[in-house]
Amino acid sequence: MIRYTVGRLVSLCLSLIVASMVIFTVVEVVPGDPAAYMLGVNARPDTVAALRAELGLDVPKVQRYLDWTAGMLQGDFGRSYTYRTPVSQMILDRMVVSLPLAVLALGLTILIAFPAGIYAASRRGKLGDAGVMGATQLGVAVPNFWFAMILVLVFAVNLRWVSAGGFPGWGNGIWPGIKALILPAVALALPQAAILARVMRSSLLDMLGEDFIRTARAKGLSRRQALWRHAVRNALIPVLTIIGLQFSFLLAGGIVIEQIFYLPGLGRLIFQAISSRDLIVVESVVMLLVGLVIIVNFAVDLAYALVDPRLRVRA
Amino acid sequence: MSLPRTLILGALLTVLFLGGALLSFVWTPYDIELLDIPNRLHAPDAVNWLGTDHLGRDILSMIMMGARTSIAVALLAVGIGMGIGVPLGLTAAARRGSLLDEVIMRGNDLIFAFPSLVIAILITAVFGAGAANAIIAIGIFNIPVFARVTRGAALSFWSRDFILAARVAGKNKARISVEHILPNIANLLIVQGTIQFSLGILAEAALSYIGLGAQPPTASWGRMLADAQTLASIAPHVALIPGLAIVLMVLGLNLMGDGLRDLLDPRIRVART
Amino acid sequence: MKRLTTLMLAGSTALFAGAALAQHTHVNVAMQLEPPNLDPTAGAAQAIDSVVYSNIYEGLTRFMSDGSVVPGLAESWDISEDGLTYTFHLRDGVTFHDGTTMDAEDVKFTLDRARAEDSTNAQKALFANIAEVTVIDPLTVQVTLSAPTGALLFNLAWGDAVIVAPESIGEAATHPIGTGAFMFADWVQGDHINISRNPNYWGTPAALETATFRFIADPTAAFAALMAEDVDVFVGYPAPENLPQFEADPRFQVLVGNTEGETILAMNNGREPFDNPLVRQAVAHAIDRQAVIDGAMYGLGTPIGTHFAPHNPDYVDLTGLSNYDPERSRALLAEAGLPDGFTTTLNLPPPSYARRGGEIIAAQLRAVGIQTEINNQEWAQWLETTFRGRDFGLTIVSHTEPMDINIYANPEYYFQYNNPDLQALMTTLNETTDPARRTELLQQAQTIIAEDYVNAYLFELAVPTVARAGIEGLWLNQPTAAIDLTAVSWP
Repeated sequence: MIRYTVGRLVSLCLSLIVASMVIFTVVEVVPGDPAAYMLGVNARPDTVAALRAELGLDVPKVQRYLDWTAGMLQGDFGRSYTYRTPVSQMILDRMVVSLPLAVLALGLTILIAFPAGIYAASRRGKLGDAGVMGATQLGVAVPNFWFAMILVLVFAVNLRWVSAGGFPGWGNGIWPGIKALILPAVALALPQAAILARVMRSSLLDMLGEDFIRTARAKGLSRRQALWRHAVRNALIPVLTIIGLQFSFLLAGGIVIEQIFYLPGLGRLIFQAISSRDLIVVESVVMLLVGLVIIVNFAVDLAYALVDPRLRVRA
Repeated sequence: MSLPRTLILGALLTVLFLGGALLSFVWTPYDIELLDIPNRLHAPDAVNWLGTDHLGRDILSMIMMGARTSIAVALLAVGIGMGIGVPLGLTAAARRGSLLDEVIMRGNDLIFAFPSLVIAILITAVFGAGAANAIIAIGIFNIPVFARVTRGAALSFWSRDFILAARVAGKNKARISVEHILPNIANLLIVQGTIQFSLGILAEAALSYIGLGAQPPTASWGRMLADAQTLASIAPHVALIPGLAIVLMVLGLNLMGDGLRDLLDPRIRVART
Repeated sequence: MKRLTTLMLAGSTALFAGAALAQHTHVNVAMQLEPPNLDPTAGAAQAIDSVVYSNIYEGLTRFMSDGSVVPGLAESWDISEDGLTYTFHLRDGVTFHDGTTMDAEDVKFTLDRARAEDSTNAQKALFANIAEVTVIDPLTVQVTLSAPTGALLFNLAWGDAVIVAPESIGEAATHPIGTGAFMFADWVQGDHINISRNPNYWGTPAALETATFRFIADPTAAFAALMAEDVDVFVGYPAPENLPQFEADPRFQVLVGNTEGETILAMNNGREPFDNPLVRQAVAHAIDRQAVIDGAMYGLGTPIGTHFAPHNPDYVDLTGLSNYDPERSRALLAEAGLPDGFTTTLNLPPPSYARRGGEIIAAQLRAVGIQTEINNQEWAQWLETTFRGRDFGLTIVSHTEPMDINIYANPEYYFQYNNPDLQALMTTLNETTDPARRTELLQQAQTIIAEDYVNAYLFELAVPTVARAGIEGLWLNQPTAAIDLTAVSWP
């Protein structure tokens, strides 16, 4: 186990280093200069040079890469070129929106997917199953930006049940904040729920074929009882893996949704930072997201290996 | 044995769009390169079956041409994913447990860890927006999918008797991978390919919706939606039709993928009966 | 976690919450782009000026909505006979929001900082002719010029020339402190900026107690936010196709004002085939301006035939020189030795006038045999490759700086027009102070560039403002980027 852990740890570090190099290189080769962008069309070359010096952009790239990674190791993500505030502060500010949105969307996803998946599995081959499966096929096929557009038109513009977008902050209480996140969360959750319901169903069906379920049935449990008492719990393992993946997707994947609902989240921060060539913000936020996924993967691998020693030899 | 109903429905929808796309090479109801601004935003009628868009172009013709773009982009992106991912997966399986296997699989994890849309935006920022770069951006994220699926499926064959026999006969690992393993996992790859194809259609729509896909005058469903977004309350058909086209095309491919899996993969069918 | 909670509280908007709470003293203003920072003296982003101009920061002179320049922090001024010395008399009793006094030292600091060697002022050229700034007494400051500059008072009205204090400039990017009728309150980046009334304002106090600026880039979201009454005013509403709906709705009023934005199809005069005037003329005749205005802007915008604002009294209507005439265009191409047309690039920055207009123009050019390869570019990319790198055939852009015909005298400028006659004329113009003579020279210049078909001149950009019915005091026109709320009130 120790050997395995050390091995995985080495590969974790290598992955993080490679990721940081890839991110830095990709972002730095993007044409466009933050100083030139900020100063616009009338700026004189000496003014642009002065601003570049002020922002520290005249430092050689290799040096900037080293400074950036060294800073991150100490928890310092640098200072935004355009906003002139610490990047870590900006990330925290945006997390206040993105994290609850992802949690809410994931909650909705589970709330829809679990019952739907279990119901479909318990009615396998019947009309109910076909209905749920048909609905999930539709759910997977709907582009979420289009769905969001329709939601806004119906619920914000015509019915006026919720506001069309924006985020009031958490200072006025929890409810106004949640209310602002409902429509975007629904738009994000629908396709995810469809995917998860399908995983839930097929995972349950796999379980129903297993020996221990047959034993339970033989002991006189009805199909439904067997499903609830044994299959659901065991089917959760693959489901949880998918949920983990979905969460990291929801955290960053809402760029277009955040745009449609003008939410000040992480996705929009990246989008704005790319267009204003606020390179350090792009690099740091992307690195943070990639790093999170890599570390979560590492933890999951370790957890699996603890549970199932066979996995320690890569299968 | 009858074909699964989902397969028939899926195939019908797919053929409908594929046919429309192919037909557009020789004929469309109207020329979409000709603008007719005075006749814009007409609702569907006998002249323009699906109405006209904000520049007076025939929406049916745009949908046909857009299908071409969507299919081409998604198909080529699947090609990139398969072309690179499958050999990687086969190699990793053949050299299971080696450093090479580890590097390939870790590389896969790394690509998975990147937020795909952000990378797509960066790629188009470097190389410019356009269909070719959309293909690359989508294709990159198809590589680890195929590599992983291929490796997993291939591994299960390496312990089979017929493979052992081939090894005894002196064939090297590369040859075995190509001659014996690949044909056996082809069905699985076709099913996965169908799924990635449908995801590629959605990805292309999302990219062109934010202005990074095919550029005008090439028609694209995502851009049609982007152009229509502010018109939804004035002329709903311009916003609904391209959206429905995406939904139906993706739905068709997914149903077909499901049906193909039922048809091609005996294990799953056994599990279901 | 504690930190997170504090953050949440800091981000609170409790003061400004609830439309019902302060309906008549609060306004929610929306604009498309968020300012990157709030220091107008160190950035070109128009969004900075939109928020801070006149609201938070004031200059020695200022623009009014009609484009006129009136006294600001300078109550009056004397100009020496030779036009080289300006003596400004400052208003008494003006204080910055932090309580410090605004005096001649601050003016000297501001102007010296803007023209310093290491200045990061985006419009440094505005201050180029200033030789020296001298403090005479706390309320008098003397500006000495190296050459007569007829436009000095106009230049000082720009947002880039607002008066700042040495004590507070360090924090201006995130916490601007000026002399205006509103004080900066807080900024939740990515979402909104709050400002509140300055109780110690030297002039007429603002009618509003508080105001919130929101940033809504997406046109669908902009429509929804107005319709749902989440915002009261949208300046620079991004989707002209929706304006008839707002006009028909009694809840709203629509103001369509003019800007200084000459929207042009710029041609790379330094590159083949656009170095041939016949080709440029052919392009100009291939374009149906009205179709572009109708198709891309839904009728918003005034056709122009030269690089000059049509609402300016010195404007000459030269649209006839480049009327829509595809036959003529094809003939000109043949005459230029390109009977089968040619292929070129068309680089398009993000605004919809460019993206939508570009699609229409590409179709019009195709009709005469000119094939274009469209490249959508972000601003940063456009600035680097098209503007600075001059790597383009055609591009569409709106030149929003006021009175910028002098760009045609710079052969290095991105469209690379090099005409010594025009350059000489511009030099003469700069030295001329007689208004009648200036008019004559300006009109000559307009005619020269129109007859040389330097670029294809499309239309003067209009700025639509959608507001709740009854709100008064909003600027109609945008002579400079500004959302001046000092005179805004609810009925």
